[in-house]
Parts: sequence; structure tokens; C-alpha cells
Amino acid sequence: MRSPSLLFGSFLVGLFLLMALASSIYPVDPNAPDFLARLKPPSPEHPLGTDPLGRDLLARILHGAKNALLVGGIAVAVGVLLGVPLGLLAGYLGEGWDAVLNLLMETLYALPGLLLALLFAALMGPGALSGMLAVGLSLVPAFYRMARALTLGLKTAPFVEAALALGATPGRVLVRHLLPNLLGPLLVQASLAFAAALLAEAALSYLGLGIQPPDPSLGRMLKEAQSFLPLSPYPALVPGLTLSLAVLGFNLLGDGLRDYLDPRR
Amino acid sequence: MAAYALRRLLLALATLWLAGSLVFLFLLLLPGDPVQAILGLEASPEARAALERSLGLDRPPLERYLAWLWGLLQLDLGESIRYAKPVLALILERLPLTLALTALGLLGALSLALPLALLALRHRALDLVLGGLMALLQSLPTFFLGVVLLYALAVHLPLFPAGGFPGWDRPLEALRHLFLPALTLALARAAILFRMARASLLEVMGQDYIRTARAKGVPEGWVLLKHALRPASLPLVTVLGLEGGFLLTGAVIVEAVFALPGMGSLALTALEARDYPLLQGLVLVLSALIVAFNLAADLLYSLLDPRVAYA
Repeated sequence: MRSPSLLFGSFLVGLFLLMALASSIYPVDPNAPDFLARLKPPSPEHPLGTDPLGRDLLARILHGAKNALLVGGIAVAVGVLLGVPLGLLAGYLGEGWDAVLNLLMETLYALPGLLLALLFAALMGPGALSGMLAVGLSLVPAFYRMARALTLGLKTAPFVEAALALGATPGRVLVRHLLPNLLGPLLVQASLAFAAALLAEAALSYLGLGIQPPDPSLGRMLKEAQSFLPLSPYPALVPGLTLSLAVLGFNLLGDGLRDYLDPRR
Repeated sequence: MAAYALRRLLLALATLWLAGSLVFLFLLLLPGDPVQAILGLEASPEARAALERSLGLDRPPLERYLAWLWGLLQLDLGESIRYAKPVLALILERLPLTLALTALGLLGALSLALPLALLALRHRALDLVLGGLMALLQSLPTFFLGVVLLYALAVHLPLFPAGGFPGWDRPLEALRHLFLPALTLALARAAILFRMARASLLEVMGQDYIRTARAKGVPEGWVLLKHALRPASLPLVTVLGLEGGFLLTGAVIVEAVFALPGMGSLALTALEARDYPLLQGLVLVLSALIVAFNLAADLLYSLLDPRVAYA
């Protein structure tokens, strides 16, 4: 572990994972209001204080972290499962397929996550599912571009020609010979995409297009706390900092992995 | 050059048509009965029939699609249900604010990122500090940054208005209301531009002609400004092309934080009111802006580096 960003990134990501896991151990209900204890500063009963409805902030960010990981994980999975196979196909088949798929990705670039989220929210009602799909689709072009560029570079490599000469089918070449070579860059891209997905989901919940109340989401918590800022900064600062550190963790992890896996170093 | 520009323009139009058709398809797939969703269960049959006619729901989908495309060619985006006005007129009312915010945000991001990247290359210690700061800034959610700035510079220290927009009649007051939102957007986008500018400057600084300039005794600051900045700005233009989506999405979020009456708040109102023609028009116009931004960056790139036009 020579790289400080790899080390610090793994630490922050690990911490965020632990928070998500701890949500099932911490015995306080994140949705139980206590109107006598609204906007309290940190105290022994409420280690991080309470929100405008008197709900325990620690319990809410633990569950918020769990929800963010679930939504982010599924969004990244959508991005990988659609983007990587399409990129492999475009790079390997080339010509007409490549042109059509490129146009499709260009179109997805023109409809970023927020616009897709508006459409999905109209279609199926705003919620975790519509937000996840929108964020996931908006991640597809990045994975597509990565897989396509690497496939283009590798498809004339000697080991691919050798496999084809030995009678391997194109499908086998794609899955057994090209895909394993994508795993390193894919890991880097997935970590960076996870950071982007966390930010996007939080922005959607802030706008009311993501996870719906009372289910805790870090973006929504900030929205609810915003107008109470002059009374107590904790309900806004706690979810805001949690989210920022988690995003920083995934960004650093991605950057660190890229340097670590880079053969030139 | 002209041939490249034409090809690029055609691609942009194809993208726009595809995006528009996707948006149309989406609203075709709306679950249940849109008329009932809009009017509720107690609507009279006459009102239902009237709305059905005005939405064109009494016609087959293909005919509706063609009519919609034909309207689009004449810049007719249909009529808003909630406001009973043409969608285009409503959008044109809100567009200047969102565009001004986006432009100010981009300008601010560039005027933060470029000088800082140049500074970072001059001083090793500053490079480390700025690198860390920018990694942190890149991880801050836009709305969190906005809320913090709002609290610090509008509530705690009341230097700027806490939100809202007075209209363009008093330009100075309008700019004062746009300062914090634009600063939020600029800070949110500056980090990535800083990192790209730094990386491409670093790459250029390893070139032979830079060594030649230094060997001639050209002062280091002049080498950066005169010899390195222009070639290093090329990759930056590519990044800028992809920034359109981030800037507009960011603007929508910043509008929500600072209660600015732009395209974002109109879109959220349209969604809440189930005003599907308005929502469709808004998504279409926003994605047209992103395509136009991307196109402009590509054409700028081919002007700066004529080699791409012949590739």
C-alpha cells in the first residue's frame, strides 16, 4: 500500500460500509419522532443530536447510509450490466453496430440522470426505484466508453488472434479472453461511478425524486433540516458530512486503484 | 472544416430526434389513464373528453407521434395543462434565469480552475494543498455546498440575499441574488476542471519545446502562460463539452436550494401537477441545450486543432 489515497479511500469506504451494517444493530428507531426532544445537540441519549421532528440523527444516518449503499450499488450494477456488454459488442463488431450504439450513448449523454429521473418519476411515481433506474442508466455511457475503447485496443492482440485461430467462437473470445482484461479498469470505473451514484441519488432525494419519506435518505435529511439551520446546525451537517466523506472515499479509492493498477508505475 | 461541421450538426440533430422520441415514448407508456390522473375521479365526462381531445389521446399513437414531431419542427411544444398557456412561452419565461446561472457558474469555475492550476504547477507545497482541497470539493454534494454557503453568507453574515429572484428589471439586484447560486455552481464544477487543467499542463510541460523555451532563458511564468496554456487547453475543451449536462443539472439543484424560479422549479411543479406536456417540453429543451453545448465544444475544438476535422 504505497498510495495514501488508496489507503485513506479504503478507510472511508470501510467506515461507510460499517455504518450501513451498524444500522441493523443500533437499537433506536430512525423514524420514531419525539416532539419533546426536537433539534437537540449531541447528548448521551442522542449521540449526534436530533432532527426537526426529534428523531435520532445517528439512527437516521446509519439507515441513510444503508439505503445509499443499496441504491448506489444497484445503480452501478445497472450501469455495468448494460454498459460493459454493449461496449464489448461495439468494440468487437465495429462498423454499423458501433455507429448505432454510439448514437444511442450520445443520446443518453443528452438525457442526464436528473432528466431521466423526472421521466421515470412521471412514469412510475417518484421513489427509490425510479431514482435508481435513472442514475443507473446515466452511468451506462461511461462503462460503455471504457469497455469499447479497451476492446478496440485488444481485439487485434496476438492472444485474441491465437484464440480465434484455435477455433474459439467470437462469444468465447469476448467472455473468456477480453472480459478478464477489462476487470482492472472496470474496478476503477465502478468505484468512481459509485461516488457519482451516491451524489446523484442524494441530489434526487433532495429534490424529492428519490427515496421517499419517512425512509431516511441523506439528501432528504438535508432538505428537511435546511430551514432549521439558524436553530441547530447538526441536522444538516451530520448527513452532509457523512455523504461528503463517503463520496470522497469512493473517489480516492478509484484514483488510488487506478495508480495501483497502472503498469507504468 | 465545413464538411466536419455539417457532419457534426447532423449527428447532433439525430441525437436530439432520438432523445425527443424517447421522451415521447416515455409519456406514451404512462400507466393507467392520464386524463384520470390529471383530472381526478370526479371529473365530468365533458371535461374528460375535452382534455382527451386537447392531449390528442383520441388518436392512434403513431399519428400523435407524427403530429408531435410536426409541431416540434414549428417550435410548437403543445399547451400546458396547469397554466393553460403554450409550453414554449412558459419555458422562455424561465430560460434566461437558468441560462444566466449556468453561464455565470461556468465562467466562475473556469476563472477559479485555470489560475489555480497554473499556481499549483509553480509551487510544490501549494500543489499538494490545492490537490487535497479539490478532491474534497469534488466530493461535496452541490446542494450541501449551497446550503453551507447560504447559511454562512446569507443567514449568519447577511451579505447576500437568502434566495428568491427580483426579476431582470433591476440588473444589479438580480446579479446580487445570483451571486451565491453562481458561486455554488462554480465551486462544484471547478474541482474537475482544475484536475483536468493541471494534468494536461503537466503533460505539456514535459514537451521538448518547453525545454527549448526554458533553455533560451524564458522566465518560468512566461513559459506557462505563453507556451503551455494554449496547447493544454485542448483537452480541457473536450471536458467542457461533457460539462453541459453537469452544469444544467447542477443549475436545477442550485435553483432548488436558493428558491430561484428557473427551469428546475418549473419541472418539479410540472411533475407534481402531472402537467405532462410541460414536463415533456422542459426535458426536451434541457436536453437540446446539452446537445448544443456539446456541439459548440466540438466545433471549438476543431477550430483550435484543425487536425480533427480530417480524421
